Amino acid sequence: MTPIIQLIILPQAANYTIRNINIAVVDLDRSSYSAKFVNKVLSSGYFKLAAFAPSYKEAYDLIEKDKADIVIEIPHGFEGKLNSENNQTISLDVDAINGVKAAVGSGYLTNIIQDFNSQIRLDWVQPSIMNQMPTIDVASSNWYNPNLSYYLFMVPGILVLLVTLIGGNMTSQNIVREKEMGTIEQINVTPVKKYHFILGKLIPFWVLGVVVFTLGLGIAWAVYGIIPLGSVGLLYLFVSVYLIAIMGFGLLISTYSETPMQANSLTFFFMQIFNMMGGLYTPIDSMPGWAKVITELIPISYFIEVMRMIVIKGSHFHDILPHILIVLLMGVVLNTWAILNYRKTT
Amino acid sequence: MKQFFAFVAKEFSHVFRDRKTLLMLFGVPVVQIVLFGFALTNEIKNSSIVIVDNAKDMASQQIITKIASTDYFKIKRELLNASQIDAAFKSGDIKLAIVFPENFYTDLLHTNKAQIQVIADASDPNTGTTLTNYVSGIIADYNSQMNATINVPEQINLDVRMLYNPDLKGAPNFVPGVIAMVMLLICVMMTSISIVREKELGTMEVLLVSPFKPLYVILAKAVPYLVLSLVNLTVILLLSVFALDLPIKGNIFLLYGVSIMYIITSLALGLLVSTGAKSQYGAMTLSLVGMMLPTMMLSGYIFPIENMPWILQLLSNVVPAKWFYIIIKDVMLKGLGFSYIWKETLILLGMTIFFLTLSLRNFKTRLE
Repeated sequence: MTPIIQLIILPQAANYTIRNINIAVVDLDRSSYSAKFVNKVLSSGYFKLAAFAPSYKEAYDLIEKDKADIVIEIPHGFEGKLNSENNQTISLDVDAINGVKAAVGSGYLTNIIQDFNSQIRLDWVQPSIMNQMPTIDVASSNWYNPNLSYYLFMVPGILVLLVTLIGGNMTSQNIVREKEMGTIEQINVTPVKKYHFILGKLIPFWVLGVVVFTLGLGIAWAVYGIIPLGSVGLLYLFVSVYLIAIMGFGLLISTYSETPMQANSLTFFFMQIFNMMGGLYTPIDSMPGWAKVITELIPISYFIEVMRMIVIKGSHFHDILPHILIVLLMGVVLNTWAILNYRKTT
Repeated sequence: MKQFFAFVAKEFSHVFRDRKTLLMLFGVPVVQIVLFGFALTNEIKNSSIVIVDNAKDMASQQIITKIASTDYFKIKRELLNASQIDAAFKSGDIKLAIVFPENFYTDLLHTNKAQIQVIADASDPNTGTTLTNYVSGIIADYNSQMNATINVPEQINLDVRMLYNPDLKGAPNFVPGVIAMVMLLICVMMTSISIVREKELGTMEVLLVSPFKPLYVILAKAVPYLVLSLVNLTVILLLSVFALDLPIKGNIFLLYGVSIMYIITSLALGLLVSTGAKSQYGAMTLSLVGMMLPTMMLSGYIFPIENMPWILQLLSNVVPAKWFYIIIKDVMLKGLGFSYIWKETLILLGMTIFFLTLSLRNFKTRLE
């Protein structure tokens, strides 16, 4: 089934870890310092040497051709002047079209240069002078994801995406197809009550959603070794509530569409908004105020957050209670709206 | 010729009749541009953090003030001790905790060394690393402030220039990708659905027995979507230039020229999909799952290709959007001329011919 394939392939693609940054080095000094420096840069593991360019112009050409991301220029007389004048400048030219890559790449280089700087100072300067400078050290630790694995972060989120797609899309498609085929009219003339009919449609899809979720958890464990730190029961509790909300949304769409094509267009339109604003790919914290309001109105943001909270950090029931209540409310609103919209006569 | 235009007019009216699909076709790119341009960013800021200040002395207060005054952090609470940190992380939105030891300032004064503990919620590895780096940067700044009077020897300075996108905005990276995706959506999905719909309704056979050449039928179907794509491209470009402040550096004719090339490639792909699909629903699914999803994932505009396992990198070469993305970036953002993009253009041309040949072959055997 496609969701399974997507769950296996997508996290492999959705990796924001920045590595393999191509650099072109213009070394006009060719001294032992410059050689040591370039060595340090390359051995950090983040960068790949695209070329040693003889001049800045040729290095820049490499950036234009997309063969290099950053040009490092070491000026002529670097080692000599650093010792005699105590001050030298290394230039970095960064292809900043990909802002993240540029920021992270130049960040790494800045760190490496500062490190290299301290190293040379220690070689040259008396330790007693060094100790006169008060310094504050930062001891950092990473909790919950010590290996800094992007999979741990993305897989739960992508699973949310898949469950949402199935819950929302399939529900709306199914009902609209009945509309198109005319079988809905047949059911309308029977004494079957509106909400019985709708419940009858929703329950199988709800079960399907939970099954897919279970499959997804299984794959997360088997392929990526992800075991939720928190309670799996809590996860299921939330999925159940969430599915009600999402299917309510699918239902709502189906009441506004005449053909599956239209349902698909509407679903696609809203789904891609949900996708992008849900906090899966980009952090919600960084969004402007009005965008944050939008994220608070869509159910998927809550599910993504809850998934990450329970799976990665092991949050408890009281931590996710507000989320559950909000999504429950959304479910009630969406379903009521849909049922009201669904008229037995057209 | 008159017949051809009549058919084109008919196709146009089909398109305009379906308002909801029109909403998607025009709404999707506009929404994406607005969102990518104004809401979505990979930058990390406004992160909620907590502080455990066991020292409560001058130095710790100064540093806390420094941290609070940046855009990066929002100090949510001050905790009483470090054991509360886990609960704070678990409650959801706290991303970082900073702990000051008891004798912070006194240690600093007497031994010239002191340590601050920074604990990051590394659920999102990039956020964790970036926030830690921010704190390190602020501390390094504070260090230099303290040492401002001492002349530091052997100082290497850094001169960093950001090319093409000095403000590190997200737009330059996303807009070309949105263009590529929208063209694909319109041309592949809509064209294939349109063709398959005629097959499904049975009207295709009627058309084929008419003296009207089948080639013209297909062309008539493609024309409205070609026009729609160009209109969409114009809308996107206008939005980018005026709303996102993203200038078009290159030759605009070249831009439209390569876009038309890519549109033709996508239309050819749509044709191919239509020969493979048996129903409208099938065409839709094939286009969305088979084309849209890989395009979004593998074209390089949301996720960088060089991060992916090599199998996916290989696969990305088959996706036309990946080549178009490179072409658009080069022409629109870097202002390069044809000499830099001839290779990618040739690849797109090759793909078009391949798709057309394949579909022509399938088409003939299918309906005869």
